[in-house]
Amino acid sequence: MLDLLANPNTQWVLVGTMLLGITSGVLGSFALLRRQSLLGDAMSHAALPGICIAFIIVGSKEMLPLIIGAGITAYIGTYLIQAFVKHSRIKTDTAIGLVLSVFFGIGIVLLTYINRNATGNQSGLNEFIFGQAAAMVRSDVNLFVIAAIALLTITFLLFKEFKIITFDREFAQGLGLPTVFINGLLMTMIVASVVIGLQAVGVVLMAAMLIAPAITAKYWTDRLDVMVILSGVVGGLSGLLGTLISAPISGMPTGPLIIVSSCSLFFLSLIFAPKKGLLTKAIRLMRLRKSTSQNQVMQGIYEFIEETGRNTLTLDDLISVQPLSGLRLQQTIKRLQKRNWLQRSTETYQFTDKGIKEAHQITLNQRMLQMYSMHEMQFAHLPMEKNNWDFLSLPNSEQQPLFELLSKHELFPSVLQERTEDR
Amino acid sequence: MNPVSTNNITVAYHRKPVIQNVSFEAPEGKLIGIVGPNGAGKSTLIKSILGLVPKASGNISIYGKPYKKQRQIVGYVPQRGSVDWDFPTNALDVVLMGKYGQIGLIRRPNKKDKQEALECLAQVGMEAFANRQISQLSGGQQQRVFLARALAQNAFVYFMDEPFVGVDAATEKAIIQLLTDLKSKGKTVLVVHHDLQTVKDYFDWVMLLNIRKIAFGPTEEVFTQEHLQKTYGGRLAFLDQESNGVNPLA
Ligand SMILES: Nc1ncnc2c1ncn2[C@@H]1O[C@H](COP(=O)(O)OP(=O)(O)OP(=O)(O)O)[C@@H](O)[C@H]1O
Ligand SMILES: [Mg+2]
Repeated sequence: MLDLLANPNTQWVLVGTMLLGITSGVLGSFALLRRQSLLGDAMSHAALPGICIAFIIVGSKEMLPLIIGAGITAYIGTYLIQAFVKHSRIKTDTAIGLVLSVFFGIGIVLLTYINRNATGNQSGLNEFIFGQAAAMVRSDVNLFVIAAIALLTITFLLFKEFKIITFDREFAQGLGLPTVFINGLLMTMIVASVVIGLQAVGVVLMAAMLIAPAITAKYWTDRLDVMVILSGVVGGLSGLLGTLISAPISGMPTGPLIIVSSCSLFFLSLIFAPKKGLLTKAIRLMRLRKSTSQNQVMQGIYEFIEETGRNTLTLDDLISVQPLSGLRLQQTIKRLQKRNWLQRSTETYQFTDKGIKEAHQITLNQRMLQMYSMHEMQFAHLPMEKNNWDFLSLPNSEQQPLFELLSKHELFPSVLQERTEDR
Repeated sequence: MNPVSTNNITVAYHRKPVIQNVSFEAPEGKLIGIVGPNGAGKSTLIKSILGLVPKASGNISIYGKPYKKQRQIVGYVPQRGSVDWDFPTNALDVVLMGKYGQIGLIRRPNKKDKQEALECLAQVGMEAFANRQISQLSGGQQQRVFLARALAQNAFVYFMDEPFVGVDAATEKAIIQLLTDLKSKGKTVLVVHHDLQTVKDYFDWVMLLNIRKIAFGPTEEVFTQEHLQKTYGGRLAFLDQESNGVNPLA
């Protein structure tokens, strides 16, 4: 492994794939948010005829002309799709399918022609279908470095403009921002990030290179700046992993392994990401169910006492005063008994002293929430979000208006008070 | 000079005229309602004034100059459905977008911009939600974020497309209070509105629109049975029934 890394050739490939990963990750974020994932696929397929035509004209596999050719037809393809949608009744998905297959078809025809007429050491352009990162040489990488620096710098400078145009183009226009220019620039940059990745990843998989890091990043954050940076990191990491895994094994294709790496990172995020991951969501849901059922039963009993004045409940009463039933109810009752909030004496249930205090708090908090929602505008300054909707932890002065509302609606929990008054 | 004046605006989508020859002069410092049935062209009228849809003909001026020169002083609250609420950003950030025009290209919002954006959120009672991801806001709260964003624009003329959709009665009152404050500062607010019951309470002036301008003027003068009939046609009978016979004119 270390031997391989010492090899300057591998080093160039490594730098190249990482740069490609970073740029496609960063610009892919915008493509994803603009709902242009499929458009990315069309772009990369539409690049193929451009590569072939450039090769036929120049007669060699020099990177710059090939990339320029790729960029031109990719741009034409993208433009056609948008023009179809704007000026006819053709829907976006149809337009994309149409352009993608027509351009790719022409590309394949040209490719076959080139392969037939390949002379001497010109082995044709097949690598552009599935990519061949190992074919990268130093001059290619130099080109990528320049392209990457340009793309990333522009993204950094115009980040605010790219954000608003992605989120709400009409509003941006209303603000007087040069939306046509910004939109065209962003589009061009996405095309650029696609075409420079083609040699390494190939036209077929390039769309995944664009989108997979962005979806992965979206699982970890709710902020665009963080998402864009993360997406770049995921893209770069995928380039690194794909290259390192494929390097020691001869015949292992780097491009597809890069995609496999980024998709693996995606699946890991899908499951394990905090907040949005499936696993965390499942755990949170379970906890939430537990505490909600407890609160429901506690409040149900409390309100029963409040209404009837009876301190003991039969099992039938218990079933009727709250929405749970069956196993869920049994489990919840057991848990409440364990916490020493609820007592069972043969046929009936009743609160312990500790239990009734707890139920009072739960009921009070829930009813304060009710008042809060009724007058949300008035209480907007309260930090409810931060303190987990715990109204009881608010300072007294903030609670007072809610208490007043509760009294006004005759909703102040009354059981505990009567009790304390009794004593 | 009038905040908004239009001269024979006509807009057509695919040859079908959607609004035809609409001319009006909006007076300064008034709350102006725009009412009319679904598909009457209310949103289209606003969008054509803001240059968001191409006009087939007509001229528009904002304080005597073409809209293109006056963008900085015009604020816009679009219909809520027009954006992707799953976008990775929070309420404060959306409000800050209202300041992007003043901040200028490339430059970033600074502390003061953020402070002002926060104040705009506070004006619509949303400061507690400043850091909340926008998809986790209720429909009415999203609407208020849009309103705060327009406030952040610090404009002189505001266009709002159905700002009360999905907003509860108390919030609606609060928003009207806010619009009244704007008005008292000499700002002009044009609002597309659907609830005929409240037109008389809310608006100083009103436009009745159905492809053509049916009437435009002080509410008590033009919000009449006759004009409503002309605007809604047979549909008004249905409308009366729906609201349990409450006459919107009463
Ligand atoms: N982009 C569009 N392409 C074609 N027709 C359109 C487009 N937008 C609106 N229309 C048509 O123009 C007419 C006016 O639409 P507009 O949105 O202005 O109505 P509106 O008065 O705002 O209605 P609503 O009360 O339902 O919001 C409608 O008949 C609508 O179908
Ligand atoms: Mg409308």
